[in-house]
Amino acid sequence: MAELTTLADAVAANIHSGDTVALEGFTHLIPFAAGHEIIRQRFRDLTLVRMTPDVIYDQLIGAGTAKKLIFSWGGNPGVGSLHRFRDSVENAYPHALEIEEHSHAGMAARYVAGASGLPFGVLRGYVGTNLPDHTSTIMPIECPFTGETLTAVPALTPDVGIIHAQQADEAGNVGLWGIQGVQKEVVLSSRRSIVTVEEIVPSLSSKATVVIPSWVINAIAVVPRGAHPSYAHGYYARDNDFYQDWEAISRDIEVFNSWIETNIHGTETYADYLQLLADQVKVAIST
Amino acid sequence: MTLAEPMLDLQAPTSDEIMTICAAREMPNGTVCFVGIGLPSIAANLARRMHAPDAVLIYESGTIGAKPTRPPLSIGDGELADTADCVVSVPEIFSYWLQAGRVDVGFLGAAQIDKYGNLNTTVVGEYDHPKVRLPGAGGAPEIAASAKETYIMLRHNKRAFVESVDFITSVGNFHGNDSRNDLGLRGNGPQVVITDIGIMRPDSVTGELILTAIHPGRTVQEAIDATGWSLRVAPEVQETAAPTTEEISQLRKFVGRDSA
Repeated sequence: MAELTTLADAVAANIHSGDTVALEGFTHLIPFAAGHEIIRQRFRDLTLVRMTPDVIYDQLIGAGTAKKLIFSWGGNPGVGSLHRFRDSVENAYPHALEIEEHSHAGMAARYVAGASGLPFGVLRGYVGTNLPDHTSTIMPIECPFTGETLTAVPALTPDVGIIHAQQADEAGNVGLWGIQGVQKEVVLSSRRSIVTVEEIVPSLSSKATVVIPSWVINAIAVVPRGAHPSYAHGYYARDNDFYQDWEAISRDIEVFNSWIETNIHGTETYADYLQLLADQVKVAIST
Repeated sequence: MTLAEPMLDLQAPTSDEIMTICAAREMPNGTVCFVGIGLPSIAANLARRMHAPDAVLIYESGTIGAKPTRPPLSIGDGELADTADCVVSVPEIFSYWLQAGRVDVGFLGAAQIDKYGNLNTTVVGEYDHPKVRLPGAGGAPEIAASAKETYIMLRHNKRAFVESVDFITSVGNFHGNDSRNDLGLRGNGPQVVITDIGIMRPDSVTGELILTAIHPGRTVQEAIDATGWSLRVAPEVQETAAPTTEEISQLRKFVGRDSA
């Protein structure tokens, strides 16, 4: 049964330095608040997993929480590069980042295998590409029925899976809708799970196309706008300006460090952070 | 602004607009198209607004039959879900829909392409010591493998059109001749490469890309000069039809340039 708690307590209780942690949300419902809390609590040596590491992983990597990244596409969607990610990979700056690189189809198969209690997933994929030359977790496998050669990828079983969702009900069942990504798969493939939600409701909306039962979730925290600057379908839109502004913050390590100090370490909660962000926007507009 | 419409015709299309319009023309009505973000997405949507109203656009975020009114900034914008016939999970889009062979056309961009249409979106330089770390594979490898056909569009210059790509992220005609078939990939691979200078199509035997058309105002020599390998040119190079007023107007309406 999921425990209703604060985000700070959920993160402190479920994550340890050195863990493998997956924050999912396929451009939608990205758990930014939870990522910030991981930075705020100064975890180190995490193996971070995510299909589409974007701005939140740039923040996590730049802040020094990660030793390894397992992923399939790393960029700032619609804008360009993740400079903290690139600096780590291209220049080992400020520290090296080990990478384990897949395709989306491969990562999806790995999560499904993890959620299904299977040791590996199978797909038609990667054949002829250079990915298997550099990623040891891509191996050919012969179908025992047809003799056909397919590709096997090992199950993903993170220590902790984290998602954001629109709603939980009072019993802790989670409901989400819009683009679903691998939200259900990451919860079911992880040993422990944390879900942040926009709100607790007496009963889940009929729009909820994915419902995750309370008893497979460890902790639920109510964090309004917890996916900002990504979006929560039906609650708020994507803050495209933030993604565009991130380019300049991310490009310069000093600007980045100062941003993390002020916005993450300089705030106690995500609500404080959002207030600070709103104040910064007001100042920017009035000057 | 009220002045926008009359001024529209006076503005000549940019080279990106010509590329996008030519790419859109390639897509037959009714096509089930797995769309990459950026220019391919704009081209596929232009096709849907012009001659291909029954095209089914699939985005890797799991939106099937998306009908966006504006170019999505990310592959998972809310409007894609709002306008889709259905929204499925990421594992489902890649397994039931793409891998199972339900996609006619995969519409891709890339950072690098070689003469056999292999695509690189992973690294420039060595993998372990990259000069430029690119975003990576995303959905492209399996789109290029499993879609019945692949259309590719990218801007034509020597940094992009290289003799051999630094990293094969997505397989085109591999090393030419029967080498793609020998890999056992189910899709037929690249059918057309649309650039801002012209159009290339693979030789039916060798799989090598051949310049078959150039856009109005461009020359064969420009295409040769912008290609990093010794570009073969078809015996008769066509000139692509100039963009129509309707095409330009629909494209600008979609990207929101008509109010500029």
